Amino acid sequence: MNTTTLRKDSTETGAPPAAPAPAPPGRRGELGTTVGRVLLYAGLIVLAAAILLPFGWMLISSVKTDNAVFTVPIQWIPEEFRWQNFTEIWTDIPLLTYLGNSLFLSVTITVLQVLTGSFAAYGFAKMQFPGRDALFLGYIATIAVPWQAYMVPQYIMMEKIGLVNTHLSLILLQAFGAFGVFLMRQFYMTIPDEISEAARLDGLSEYGIWARMILPLSKPALASLALLTFVNTWNDYMGPFIYLTDNDLWTVQLGLRQFVGMYDARYAMIMTGSVLSVLPILVIFLLGQRYFVQGIATSGIK
Amino acid sequence: MTTATKPTTGSTGATGPTGATGSTGSTGKQRRRRNTLVGWSFILPNFLGFAALTLIPVIGTLLLAFTNWNSYTTPEWIGFDNFRRMFDDGNFWTALENTTWYAVGHIPLTLVAALGLAVLLNRKLKGVGVLRTAFFFPYITSLVAVAVVWNMLLSPELGPVNQFLKFIGIANPPGWTTSTEWSMPALVITSVWRDMGYYMVLYLAGLQAIPGELYEAARVDGANAWKRFWHVTLPGLRPTTFFVLVMLTVSSFKVFDLVQVMTEGGPGRSTLVLSQLIYRQGITQGRFGYASAISLVLFLIVLSITLVQFQLQRRSER
Repeated sequence: MNTTTLRKDSTETGAPPAAPAPAPPGRRGELGTTVGRVLLYAGLIVLAAAILLPFGWMLISSVKTDNAVFTVPIQWIPEEFRWQNFTEIWTDIPLLTYLGNSLFLSVTITVLQVLTGSFAAYGFAKMQFPGRDALFLGYIATIAVPWQAYMVPQYIMMEKIGLVNTHLSLILLQAFGAFGVFLMRQFYMTIPDEISEAARLDGLSEYGIWARMILPLSKPALASLALLTFVNTWNDYMGPFIYLTDNDLWTVQLGLRQFVGMYDARYAMIMTGSVLSVLPILVIFLLGQRYFVQGIATSGIK
Repeated sequence: MTTATKPTTGSTGATGPTGATGSTGSTGKQRRRRNTLVGWSFILPNFLGFAALTLIPVIGTLLLAFTNWNSYTTPEWIGFDNFRRMFDDGNFWTALENTTWYAVGHIPLTLVAALGLAVLLNRKLKGVGVLRTAFFFPYITSLVAVAVVWNMLLSPELGPVNQFLKFIGIANPPGWTTSTEWSMPALVITSVWRDMGYYMVLYLAGLQAIPGELYEAARVDGANAWKRFWHVTLPGLRPTTFFVLVMLTVSSFKVFDLVQVMTEGGPGRSTLVLSQLIYRQGITQGRFGYASAISLVLFLIVLSITLVQFQLQRRSER
């Protein structure tokens, strides 16, 4: 295992405790399947509930009055439901504009990222030509370069071509990232070459193989890349923060952050805004969820 | 990268039964040239954007690091002066230390949590999809919302977390984001909570790529659950673990958004991280040269850790 050797400082905490920890559920499964399952279920449900608790608190706080957000002990059911938080917020800040901007940026960037990323990944994974590995190393190396490391030259460039304070600047910055190429290439490496070889023998061109064999096989990977890109773009804070100065162009992250700064005592309303910033992406995630989980399940194709 | 060599032989073999071994045949040469063109054509659409907007700025950073360019002056080559200045800059050392602490907390905790969750959720249980969604959910929520909610949860006097800690008998619960001592742990807790679902998904995909026959064989050989985990699951997950480690390292060292939104580097300088220092020097104060030098150091740190990981991965595959 490379994990233990990597963290020299924590080898003693890394290896041994791992030993007893994962054992119980399996042992239970061997002793009595029913008892084991019930315990596993109970444990998992408690764990999941604990993980989701902050959202529960956020949701409940969003319909409270400001004073009721921090009460001791916590009111899990508000004495007074203040539903008008959800109607008032739209007039307090231009939330609809923010949401629209976030949606536009996320969709455009995701489409470009998935298309060009999977296309390039095919070249890296399934084609053999000189310089391929060196070039790929270049891609990986730039993943390791924090964006903050080259944002200054990037900003100067964008300013020179007059794209600062436009959505186009963010689209260009994020649509051709190396991450998509890396993720897709990692997946393509798991697809056996016999598949493309057979297709080649049948006279299919490389583009044909990509479009007709690899793309359908990589639906799960494409779905997760699309999902992750969408979420990353939606959640991106610094990109819009640096590039977008006009309020009309702002994303929901910027809008919400500014709202928090302006009304830091309006706890309930801040929670309302948080709920609304999470809601659209939750809907999109749940719509794509089936496909996404299916994708993970089928990604084990041999 | 031993995996990279496998398809190499496979695809050259596929270009033609004759061209597979014979580098002398003219058809082999032609095919190879055609292969190069086709290969590049796949990469080009992404590469053009990547080169113009990532590669060139990265090289720009490399050059700017050796200049004293400020927003109002013209760039002038000053050699290693920026790095000497960094050596005496207390903010730099604080940021480096904080970033390291963040990584040391975030990487192992997230990895173990993600692996544990994936192993637990990689079975045919009713409603397992719902549970997976629950654990993945924090990752997809908007960052500002997460920061806002956790800041309120961790509020020292009235926040639910400290209320709970007092309830179970801790008289002096931590001050979290208001204390210099606990602000970094607060960030690590929030980020592990947020990120583990993402890496869990990667691990789930990795787990499902392990052939079931291996488990059957191990079972037949009398391996218990722990032995199966150690001898089948972990080796089978090696490529995933490698990927997860690389991504975790990179993301830990470039942490920015969460810190900026949650603590803005404070209180004091207790959560000031390298990326933030670069942002402050480069964008806020317009010291392009000095900011680029810090960027370069950050990049070299991340690069060397990644290279070590590659090396270990390669060795473990032999």
